[in-house]
Amino acid sequence: MIQVKNISKSFQGRSVIQNISFDFEAGKVNMIIGESGSGKTTLLKCMVGLNTIDSGEVLFDGRNFYNLNFNGKKEIRKEIGMLFQGGALFDSKTVEENVVFPISMFTDLSVSEKKDRANFCLQRVNLENANNLYPSELSGGMKKRVAIARAIAVQPKYLFCDEPNSGLDPKTSIVIDNLIKELTEEYNITTIVITHDMNSVIEIGDNIMFIYKGDKWWEGSKQEILKTDNQEVCDFVYATKFMKDLKTKF
Amino acid sequence: MNIFFHFGRYFILIKRAFAKPEKFSIYVNRIFEEMYILGIGSLGIVAIISIFMGAVITIQTAFNFESPLLPFYAIGVAVRDSMILEFSPAIVSLILAGKVGSSIASEIGTMRVTEQIDALEIMGINSAGYLIFPKIVASVLFNPILIIFSMFLGIAGGYVIGVMSEVTSSHQFIYGITYDFRPFNVVYALIKSGVFAFIIASVPAYQGYYTKGGALEVGRSSTKGVVYSSVLILAFDLILTKLLLA
Repeated sequence: MIQVKNISKSFQGRSVIQNISFDFEAGKVNMIIGESGSGKTTLLKCMVGLNTIDSGEVLFDGRNFYNLNFNGKKEIRKEIGMLFQGGALFDSKTVEENVVFPISMFTDLSVSEKKDRANFCLQRVNLENANNLYPSELSGGMKKRVAIARAIAVQPKYLFCDEPNSGLDPKTSIVIDNLIKELTEEYNITTIVITHDMNSVIEIGDNIMFIYKGDKWWEGSKQEILKTDNQEVCDFVYATKFMKDLKTKF
Repeated sequence: MNIFFHFGRYFILIKRAFAKPEKFSIYVNRIFEEMYILGIGSLGIVAIISIFMGAVITIQTAFNFESPLLPFYAIGVAVRDSMILEFSPAIVSLILAGKVGSSIASEIGTMRVTEQIDALEIMGINSAGYLIFPKIVASVLFNPILIIFSMFLGIAGGYVIGVMSEVTSSHQFIYGITYDFRPFNVVYALIKSGVFAFIIASVPAYQGYYTKGGALEVGRSSTKGVVYSSVLILAFDLILTKLLLA
C-alpha cells in the first residue's frame, strides 16, 4: 500500500499540486485521472522521487520515502516497476537485454536463469520471438509490453504506469489494460495508473482519483464515477458526444 | 553565481558517480566496454594525427634551422620533446575532447531526454555511477596508452618524413631522439594525460546528464561539453606545466 499525505509541489512559484492525500491499495488498480496539465504526472514523479516535494509525505507500506537517505530510497526503488509514457527502453539494448538488465543488476542468477526469467516475462506479456529486436524495430504496443516485462522482471511490489495507452489503438489499449489488471491481481501489486482514457478507467479501474487544477477533486469507484454529479468530473467523463449520448440513453 | 552553481553540481555528480556500485561485476564489464568504445575506437584518428604532426614538426624544424652551428640531430631532439611534452598529451587530448566528449554528452543527453536515466533511477540504480563512472575510469586508464602510442607514431612519422625528404639522416635523427633523454618528461606527459582524460569524460558527461528538452538541447549539450572540456584542458595544461616543470 502507498499512502500520500498532504503533498504539495510548485515549480518556480507556480503551484502544480496542492495538498493531495490518497491511499493506493495493494492488489488493486488505482487510477489517477484528469485533464492534461492537471498535475497527474507531477504527482506520480513526486511519489517515486523523480521530483522533490515541497511538503507532505509518501509512505510505501509505512516507510516514509522522503525521510530516507539515498540508499534507503534506492532500496524502495528496487521494489518499484515503472512504465513510462514513451516506454523509456534502453535503445542500445535488445528486447531481451532490456528485460535481463534489472535481473542482472539485482540478482545473482546464472546467465541461463536470467534468460529463462526474461523469456517468462516476455511470454507473460504475449511477446515472443522478439528477443533480438531493438526498441526502434518495435511498434508502440510492443514497446509498452517490453516496458511492462522489464517492470515486472524483478517482481515489483509497486507498479507505476504513466499513460500506458497513449498512442495505442483501442484494441492494443485493451490488451495493455488487461495485462496491467492481471499482473496487479496475480502478484498483489500496488498499481497506480495515470490516464485520461475513460475506457481504461471503466475497464480496469478499482479506485479512482480525479485531479483538477492540481487539487484532488473527487475520489471513488468506477461505478460511482458514472453516477457522480460533480460538474468537473462529468465534464471530463462525458467530454465526447458518444459518452454524452450514452449517458442520455441509459 | 552561475559558475559556482555548475561547479557545485558538477562535484556532487562526480561524488555520486564514485559511490559504491550496485554490482561490481557489471561495472567492470562496463569499463571494458567503454575502453573499447572510447579507447580502441580512437586509435585510428590518434594514429593519423600523430604521424602527420611528427612529420610537420620535422619539416618546420629543419626549415628554421638555418645556422650551421646547430647540429642536424637537433631535429630529432625537437621532434621528441615537442611530441612528448606537448603535442601528444595536449593536442591529442583536445582532439579526443571533440571526438569522445561529443559522443559522451550526446549519449547521456539522449538518455536523459528519452527518460532512460529516469528508468535507471526508478530501478534503484545510481544512474550517475552506472553511466559516468565506467567512462571516467576507462578514459583515465586508456588515455595514457593512447598518448604513448601517439608519441611513438609522431616520432616515427618525423623520422620517415625527415629521412625521405633528406632534411636529416637516419643516424642523426635516431641520435637526436636519444640525446639527453629525460624520463621525467614522459611521466609529466602521462600525469597530464590522466588529468585531461578525467576532464574529457566527466565534463561532457555532466553536460549530457543535466540536459533538458529535446534533440536541439542534446546538440547544445554536446557542443558545450566539447567547448568546456577543451578550455579546461588548456587551463590545466598551463597549471600542470607550471607545477611540474617550472
